[in-house]
Amino acid sequence: MKEITVISGKGGTGKTSITASFAVLAQNHVMADCDVDAANLHILLSPEIKAKHNFWGMPKVEIDAEKCSGCGICEDLCRYGAIKDGAVNSMECEGCRVCYHACPEKAIRLVESLAGEYYISKTRFGPFVHARLGVAQENSGKLVAEVRRQARELAQKEGRDLIITDGPPGIGCPVISSLGGTDLAVVVVEPTISSIHDLDRVLKLTEHFNVKTAVCINKWDLNLRNSSTIEEACLNMNIPVIGRIGYDITFMAAVMERKPVIQMTSSVVDNIVSLWHNAEGILNS
Amino acid sequence: MKITVASGKGGTGKTTVAVGMALALQADGNRVTFLDCDVEEPNGHIFIKPDIQKNEDVFIDVPEINLEKCDFCGKCSEICAFNALLVAGESVVVFHELCHGCGGCNYFCPKGAVTLIPKKIGTIEMGTAAEGLNFAHGQLEIGVPLSPPLVDAVKKKQNGGITIIDAPPGTSCPAVHTVRETDFCLLVTEPTPFGLNDLALAVEMTRALDVPCGILVNRAREGWDIIDKYCKQNNLKILMKIPLSREIAGAYSKGIPLTFLDKEWGVAFRRLFRDIREMVESERNNRHQW
Ligand code: SF4
Ligand code: SF4
Ligand code: SF4
Ligand code: SF4
Repeated sequence: MKEITVISGKGGTGKTSITASFAVLAQNHVMADCDVDAANLHILLSPEIKAKHNFWGMPKVEIDAEKCSGCGICEDLCRYGAIKDGAVNSMECEGCRVCYHACPEKAIRLVESLAGEYYISKTRFGPFVHARLGVAQENSGKLVAEVRRQARELAQKEGRDLIITDGPPGIGCPVISSLGGTDLAVVVVEPTISSIHDLDRVLKLTEHFNVKTAVCINKWDLNLRNSSTIEEACLNMNIPVIGRIGYDITFMAAVMERKPVIQMTSSVVDNIVSLWHNAEGILNS
Repeated sequence: MKITVASGKGGTGKTTVAVGMALALQADGNRVTFLDCDVEEPNGHIFIKPDIQKNEDVFIDVPEINLEKCDFCGKCSEICAFNALLVAGESVVVFHELCHGCGGCNYFCPKGAVTLIPKKIGTIEMGTAAEGLNFAHGQLEIGVPLSPPLVDAVKKKQNGGITIIDAPPGTSCPAVHTVRETDFCLLVTEPTPFGLNDLALAVEMTRALDVPCGILVNRAREGWDIIDKYCKQNNLKILMKIPLSREIAGAYSKGIPLTFLDKEWGVAFRRLFRDIREMVESERNNRHQW
């Protein structure tokens, strides 16, 4: 089984529209949305939810005022300043449980916390695993791991040999969690100075985790000088540029119609088809 | 006054807006601090072009095990909530990238075999741009999954006057740490179903944090009104719109701030700030009455 993960240092580069287009082009695959913090792929795939599961985050802690002697040990030990005047501020609490283990009166208890949900769905482009992280919840990395596990199980069960994953933006915990063990990371970049700056950091990350990486330049004709800077940098790092997609508001128009951009009439369709063929080539090599 | 500029989704133009507002206010003679809390992908400096004068590394404490003292009892691994320690036979493995620096292993080790050593998670760079414009941003080390402590450290760099904070995208830990305890959160979105989906989450976040918010629609286009409808239904105020334009996208690609593209943007951003200040003040008065 192979897994291809589409990421981008910066959000808004067209990552999700491209991932959804892969869903149209590929065969015998499972889709996964690992951008659990701002999940969007479902908007383009119109899933029919088949099963819904709770995602439990780190348990939070609570102080039982009846049992608490007010010794202050917990407050001294908490490195995150989450305990003040005998009460826990759950926004500050990291869930380390040091207070829970340390309290001499056993006055601190763990409370389960529902951090989100994940879904197994059917779409017109094949099965789809996606999730929703509760607002202001931690642990997006863990939810990403759960989505990927579900996608792998589903693929195995249904005898599908490819997982196409919409990855999260950035270089932090959720991205790290979505990269481990993937066969190919496609980084979608724009020819803007910001995006080039972010690309540099993302490529360091994929290198750090030893993930095979390719680059796709979206809106490449928006700034040809920046595009050639990207090509040169990739050449130096031995990273193939496997797609060049023109600047086209069809990307936004497709989102308005809730369709993968590849189902629109536009010159970018050919660009995306050749991107996909190149990606497939690397996956099967 | 502290204003965060946030968005549920990345790439909506958050940095364009935060930079535009900071430069417009500075040009008007205000003392402004620009803090880039998007520590995973800081971009503000590309537009503000600060002269960096100071660096400061940010650390968390991670354990180091003294194998002479350790008797491999397994206590540390049992209490570590992040599975960052593994005791197997006669060895203890520390997974530094999982450690949150809670200090628990050090406190509970019965043999005093755990010492805490600092591990760098990122760097804060500080400097000034134009007269009266202070700048600071954090850069997360590559491969470190822990950005909130760095966000908190950047946020401490405010120094009076008006503080404009560029928040990380999303609605989870890093964004929450940025937005909480600020006076106002400006949410930047685009008029598509993606923008709406993520805006709704961001609004929910500001409400959970009890921070007043207003909306800015970027890449606005005649007839694309799904954000307008949502805001009307939810009693939210659209404070400004920036049109979809290849010219603006082109300037952005070169690192040119909107205020340099056309003076009118400076006027618009100052008006935006005035509106925000009014909302903050009336909010304060309302709260006093309660
Ligand atoms: S450690 Fe336990 S008894 Fe002491 S203040 Fe905290 S909760 Fe109360
Ligand atoms: S669990 Fe950890 S972070 Fe939360 S209150 Fe207790 S000591 Fe503080
Ligand atoms: S708790 Fe201390 S003695 Fe026990 S295994 Fe850990 S380091 Fe060794
Ligand atoms: S400091 Fe806390 S998180 Fe880090 S290894 Fe020790 S117990 Fe685990």
